Amino acid sequence: MSHRKRWTLAAIALGVGGLAAAFGLMWRPAIDPIERPMAFEPAQIARGAQVVTAGDCAVCHTRPGGEYLAGGLPLVTPFGTLYSTNITPDAQTGIGQWPLEAFQRAMRDGISRDGHFLYPAFPYTHYRLLDDQDLADAYAYLMSGPPVHQPATPNRMRFPMNLRPLVAGWNLLFLHSAPLVPTAQASPQWNRGRYLVEGAGHCGGCHTPLNLLGAEKTGQALAGGVVDGWAAPSLLGLASRETPWTQAQLVDYLQAKVVDGHGTAAGPMRPVSQELARLPRSDVEAMAEYLLSLPASPHQPATLGTNAVASAESSSLGSDLFQAACAGCHGAAAPMRSIDGRPALTATSSVQAPASRNFIKTVLEGIAPTPGEPGPAMPPFAASLSDQQLAALAAFVRGQAAPDRPWPALHSTIQALREETP
Amino acid sequence: MSNVNLTVNGKLHSLDIDPDMPLLYALRNHLELNGAKYGCGLGQCGACTVIVDDQPVFACVTPCAGMQGRHVRTVESLGTPEQPGPLQQAFIDTQAAQCGYCIAGMIMRAQALLEHNPQPDAATIRAHMASNLCRCGTHLRIIEAITRVVENGGLHVVHN
Repeated sequence: MSHRKRWTLAAIALGVGGLAAAFGLMWRPAIDPIERPMAFEPAQIARGAQVVTAGDCAVCHTRPGGEYLAGGLPLVTPFGTLYSTNITPDAQTGIGQWPLEAFQRAMRDGISRDGHFLYPAFPYTHYRLLDDQDLADAYAYLMSGPPVHQPATPNRMRFPMNLRPLVAGWNLLFLHSAPLVPTAQASPQWNRGRYLVEGAGHCGGCHTPLNLLGAEKTGQALAGGVVDGWAAPSLLGLASRETPWTQAQLVDYLQAKVVDGHGTAAGPMRPVSQELARLPRSDVEAMAEYLLSLPASPHQPATLGTNAVASAESSSLGSDLFQAACAGCHGAAAPMRSIDGRPALTATSSVQAPASRNFIKTVLEGIAPTPGEPGPAMPPFAASLSDQQLAALAAFVRGQAAPDRPWPALHSTIQALREETP
Repeated sequence: MSNVNLTVNGKLHSLDIDPDMPLLYALRNHLELNGAKYGCGLGQCGACTVIVDDQPVFACVTPCAGMQGRHVRTVESLGTPEQPGPLQQAFIDTQAAQCGYCIAGMIMRAQALLEHNPQPDAATIRAHMASNLCRCGTHLRIIEAITRVVENGGLHVVHN
């Protein structure tokens, strides 16, 4: 055999091998459909309801005004828009034909029953930490709900991310989380908290910064991220901040209450906290214990020292705007504060935060009341305040709270967030 | 006190008022436009709703200081008792008011919707109107009134 022939054969062999490897990487078998299983113990269904609540499944899998868990919520990612899918037990459009084995594979490996790759916006990197019992319970709960016929809305992902097999490469790079081993040095409550935070609660999905491929950055777990224009603050060093969180405050905050010294959950955290409010308080206490044990990050960004001093003119405008637009609820004499005991605006975490993002977002969008849920409501001001007025207002409020640390880049932040606000 | 310029219903007014005054007070106490009502003063009930440029806002939490160069419209701009506008006529036809306190705000919020979207579906109307409350409970008739205007072809169609 000539050299040339031998090389050709080797190249062909390599090519075939490469194709086979790629195929092995990107191909997953379908799992045979079954008749929808019905016979579950009520106790198991009830336990499963709590797993589904702890996992915030409904927050993404229910669109506003839509049927519970029937999907259709748009999730805007840097790679295009995804629509959450129907996880009711409808045979055609939901997961009614999925055996437990398929559900487990989806939750742990991100593979659908028919073998296609699910996008990692579905947080299987976290859900894979759930133990067998919790997964079986969640499955029992989901299978026992009312089936809703609602076909999936087609995703609008940009090339090349519209090619699902590429997720195999993503998984190869980023799907490494291993089951949590309880730490004997820590209390059972701490271990339970870690299991809920890292697993079902998938707090890192928003609170960990993402890399260019949309995966949580290793080594920066829970160090803070951005979601839908809102800052998801760092959860590190909560107990050692300038205004430290106490266990009782954090539990109340996580359960959608208004907390003295910190405020209340708004933006994307609002529905999450409303779900957590349905969990047993002991579980949320466990989450708080774990979160409060996390030490401050060595990478925590240094507070920006700026010398920007608000001009007298803009601060008088800011004060006028505050009196007219905000003082009815947030002024010192407002009944909401004197009777209802709401905290001063200057003490809330969004006004104390190093960046103005969440303050601006809250003023633009307000806090929409949730029908059927108690809780604070704030009107949106996007239509009534111009960018310049909003900047003056933000500078005024921040000046009351932290006069030596004005917010940097107010105007550009407002412009950017205004463009995102529907 | 200082001079605040307000453009309301197409007319420019120069008022000598505190710039920290909410728009509602200027409309009612200084311009005698009493359609918009004071309900809660907290932006929670919608009785004070007016349109600024093309958006509905709560006048009770909208600063006069922010209105320079912007166009405020109140319910008085939509018609007169003799010649009510399409939404006003529909509210009369369906007897959507009981005590009537919320109605000016309801009409202005509905007006802003129909100017943007002449053919909203029932769910869109409900979602849009959700921030305005009626203590008498005439929401069903209010929705009916708005739906009639939609079914009759929109705001520009006048039925006599």
